[in-house]
Amino acid sequence: MSRLHRRHVAVVVILVAVLIGGVLLSAVVGQLTMSPTDVVGTVLQSMGIHTSWAPADDVTVQALWQIRFPRIAMSLLVGAALAVAGAVMQAIFGNPLAEPGVVGVSSGAALGAAVAIVTGFTLGGATGIALLAFVGGLGATLLVYFMARSNGRTEVVTLLLTGIAINAFAGAGLAMLLFVGDTASREQIVFWQLGTMNGSRWNEVAVVAVVTVLGTAAALYLAKQYDLLSLGERTAGHLGVRVERLRIVSIVVVAVLTAGAVAFVGIIAFVGLVIPHLMRMLLGPAHRGLILTSCLGGAALLVYSDVLARTLVTGADLPIGLLTSLIGGPFFFYLLRSARTKAGGWA
Amino acid sequence: MSSASRMDTSVPALRAADVSVELGHKAILSGVTVEVQHGEVLALVGPNGAGKSTLLSVLTGDRAAGQGRVQVDGEDLAHWHHGDLARRRAVLTQENQVSFPFTVRDVVAMGRAPWQGRPEADGDEVAVDAALAATDVAHLSERSFPSLSGGEKARVSLARVLAQQTDIVLLDEPTAALDLRHQEDVMGIARERASAGCAVVVVLHDLSLAAAYADSIAILDGGELAAFGVPSDVMTAELLERVYGIAVRVLDDPVGGSPVIVPVRR
Repeated sequence: MSRLHRRHVAVVVILVAVLIGGVLLSAVVGQLTMSPTDVVGTVLQSMGIHTSWAPADDVTVQALWQIRFPRIAMSLLVGAALAVAGAVMQAIFGNPLAEPGVVGVSSGAALGAAVAIVTGFTLGGATGIALLAFVGGLGATLLVYFMARSNGRTEVVTLLLTGIAINAFAGAGLAMLLFVGDTASREQIVFWQLGTMNGSRWNEVAVVAVVTVLGTAAALYLAKQYDLLSLGERTAGHLGVRVERLRIVSIVVVAVLTAGAVAFVGIIAFVGLVIPHLMRMLLGPAHRGLILTSCLGGAALLVYSDVLARTLVTGADLPIGLLTSLIGGPFFFYLLRSARTKAGGWA
Repeated sequence: MSSASRMDTSVPALRAADVSVELGHKAILSGVTVEVQHGEVLALVGPNGAGKSTLLSVLTGDRAAGQGRVQVDGEDLAHWHHGDLARRRAVLTQENQVSFPFTVRDVVAMGRAPWQGRPEADGDEVAVDAALAATDVAHLSERSFPSLSGGEKARVSLARVLAQQTDIVLLDEPTAALDLRHQEDVMGIARERASAGCAVVVVLHDLSLAAAYADSIAILDGGELAAFGVPSDVMTAELLERVYGIAVRVLDDPVGGSPVIVPVRR
């Protein structure tokens, strides 16, 4: 009991350290190389603490606060949101292969966001895109859920096939919007499909922050019930869980988190698959610890991925979605294989 | 348990009155009435497809009865609050699967979930340890549940049900995957819970086991109640032959005194 507890604390401490390291690294490297003292100095100055580290150069200050910091904040939040969404999705499907990108929730949300871009739908600035992304994501989640569940269990084949169908449909929708949209929206949509942290703005970060904090808090609150749900829906019900309500609330949580993540940076796949799986291997399947560490791990993964996206090719900003899929794709194969050997076939 | 002694003994712990269930146009259960008192073990027996598990799922509320009513401690099942019901009644289903690699101890501890945030939660550790010991799975505590054998899974799931510490316990074929000794152990536990004041409903295939441990037996046949009463009354060769379609002999166990049912083998 306490051994596991110590292990939890150790993992959280390591994750936080890795995360802080990533944030610093991300602030320092890039087209303009900053010194770590510049970064710490300007942050301290913003808090009203004037030190000799504060950069005198206004360009440095502007570059950090207008470009780099919002980008880092966006990476953290999107990574956290996607990893938590993945963990929640796996809990309600009772299956480690469920993930927003794989089963089509991300593309549903992207379709919603693209509609907002092309039609110029706004509702208080940035929230228009987020709202339609939420509608698209929610629709896709509901569709997957009711397609892939029968008699209280998830058919893996149906789950993945539903994902294929939704991804295809959303892809067609996006293509159509590309066709009818003007040049500016086209460019925006193309970037969406690849996923990029480039050009993140503070007002967008604020929307994603609200969504991520609310979604993660809800997931942590429901964590104990997710544990019981792994005994099966009937047994969870016999233990006092109101299964119907839990499912509906969880579907909304997944849609909110995924839409928040996708709305401004596009489709970044596999974060919700890789991170919860790693955390489950480290800490076991209890959902409170899993959701908390997935939140930290997802944030760390995307901060480092973003550093790589900016620095791998000099002078170019690689789409971050490309990087996560490069890592996540092979990982997915591995999971598929082990799930198949364990289940003894496609059950 | 403690609250059982306070209970009015004339009110059955669990009662299904004139329950009917249809699936499509086929009657799965028709007009079944059974009840069990606190302190009693009720066994549901019958051939495959007779409606035993359907009756159990009507008693748990998992399946709504097309007709009839189900009452827990005199109160209609639908009126029960989710949490209160989970503190009054525990259920062992036939499917003992766990989606993620929780340890045996974790799984048994989940049985304590209904008591969370209540004074009884202080007894969580004790309840879990006692349940692990009673079902002979304490040595598996740190094993991951999905890695267990079928019989071990069944015993761990039973431990989870015991850890819930409820006055009413429903068990759907708890002995199905078990060896001879553990079958007897499980029925011994059911008997012991009943002595402590619980009402126990158990679906069984082994007629001799039912006759040895149950206070009353309900024999289902094609969705209808063929007989309901004390073992010595309902366990007759004629009735069992009619229900199961095979000649049987009902012997008296010279030591235990309860009837032993064996098929006539030629």
